Amino acid sequence: MSFGPHLLLATLEGLVTSAVLALMALGLSLVFGVMRVVNVAHGEFFMLGAVVAWWVASIVGGHPAVGFLAALVVSPLVVAAVAFAAERLVLRRLSYEPEATIVATIGLLYIIQQLALTFYGPEARPVEAPFSIRVTLPWFGYSGYKLFVIAVAALLVVATWLMLTRTRAGLLMRATQYDRETAQAFAIPVDRVYAGVFALGAGLAAIAAVLIVPIQQAHYLMGLDPLLLSFIVVIIGGLGSLRGTVLAAVLIGLSDGIISVFFSPTLAKMLATLLVALVLVFRPQGLFGTAPR
Amino acid sequence: MAAALELDRINCFYGNVQVLHDVSLTLRQGEVLCLLGRNGAGKTTALKAIMGLVPVRSGTIRLGAVELTALPAHAVPAAGVAYVPQGRRLFAELTVAENLEIGLMARGKGRAVRDAVLALFPVLRERLRQVSGTLSGGEQQMLAMARALCLEPQVLLLDEPTEGLMPAMIARIRETVAGLSARGVSTVLVEQRVDAVLPVADRVAFIENGRNRETLDVERLRADPDLVHRYVGVG
Repeated sequence: MSFGPHLLLATLEGLVTSAVLALMALGLSLVFGVMRVVNVAHGEFFMLGAVVAWWVASIVGGHPAVGFLAALVVSPLVVAAVAFAAERLVLRRLSYEPEATIVATIGLLYIIQQLALTFYGPEARPVEAPFSIRVTLPWFGYSGYKLFVIAVAALLVVATWLMLTRTRAGLLMRATQYDRETAQAFAIPVDRVYAGVFALGAGLAAIAAVLIVPIQQAHYLMGLDPLLLSFIVVIIGGLGSLRGTVLAAVLIGLSDGIISVFFSPTLAKMLATLLVALVLVFRPQGLFGTAPR
Repeated sequence: MAAALELDRINCFYGNVQVLHDVSLTLRQGEVLCLLGRNGAGKTTALKAIMGLVPVRSGTIRLGAVELTALPAHAVPAAGVAYVPQGRRLFAELTVAENLEIGLMARGKGRAVRDAVLALFPVLRERLRQVSGTLSGGEQQMLAMARALCLEPQVLLLDEPTEGLMPAMIARIRETVAGLSARGVSTVLVEQRVDAVLPVADRVAFIENGRNRETLDVERLRADPDLVHRYVGVG
């Protein structure tokens, strides 16, 4: 394959990574932006999403599309419910103290991971893609499902942006993000907003997992790499900045795809980590972030 | 006059440090009560205690028959108390319209209330789509008051609303407070400058080291300026 088509293939692969990463990092960024909680368990919500997706698809049976659609609905709801319970039972009781919540979410990470190992097992299991169309390009054929993943993720990012900027719930979240105390002085039930945001963040991670599980398979350790990449994305984009998160996800995803194809995946991770280091040194609030009040 | 708001021997702490000691205050219907005192005297903490933003360890705060100390912070505005914090504390990245919307949502008020509030501050109508952090200091103060008035409160708490403003703007705020008072809205006004409160206040409470030393009618204060020197050091 000549360079041009090779680059196109690498770009498409990078866009798939970007799409999933954008959804996952968006959840992490929302949680930090609104709650100022660094959710180390975010990758486990991603893993749980994939495991629940496999479980739902196995139970439903029939045409793969039916199982996949059921998973796309059920899995984010289940994961959001788990996150909601964790917020009520753990984070709220710690008064959202930054240091305490980091330790608590590390604990949550191991609890979810070990429960998955106990009840799901160590095997990697696939969920069948809802369709198997191959898009024929002049130079190569490409998975229609991967293009579907890009499209759905883009739609969900736009939907999240519309929710934040055009709805009452979004206004409450943004007000809480900018000034928690003043938000309370204007009747905003901050603790309920926090619970909703934590559940929403986990739900986005679960949707990302459902989309990726026909490509990557569900495994109880699958949350660690996306967690690391999500942190890289939100640090580069600016913690709490939706625009920065999406742009950084595209940047990291594309560079991961292209560098992995032309050089090596390890070099891609090295460069991403170097970029984070540079951002932390020269612009600690990230490309689009603002200092917390 | 009936008491609109009553603080009965409240005690508040920041950690182990006690910042309010048995503070009692009575705010009458339609009255402007000014809290005067030096920096760190506990004036802002008293307002935050009323709003539920600082826990009250003992004592009670009542708004009519409602005990505010029994409510979570987010339920206090819904009971009818609005707060204009020191330094305005606007949601600086939200637009003017969104800041007002948050005020309206607090008590489920609609467009008619917003229009009435904008009639008080017409300049804000021209800036509805502007990000509030880009407004001038005077406009930000107007927005902070407008946002609070969107609650149609029974009691308005103003924390140093004239801080850093030009005389014309200070006069404007004074007029607004007097107008609200005439409509029956009770106001607690925190200030450090006596000249800013004498024209508008009905009574003045002197707060010193977290204690309410004395509450006086403003006529008494005008007649004896030495009282001001005693508590705030300047006239």
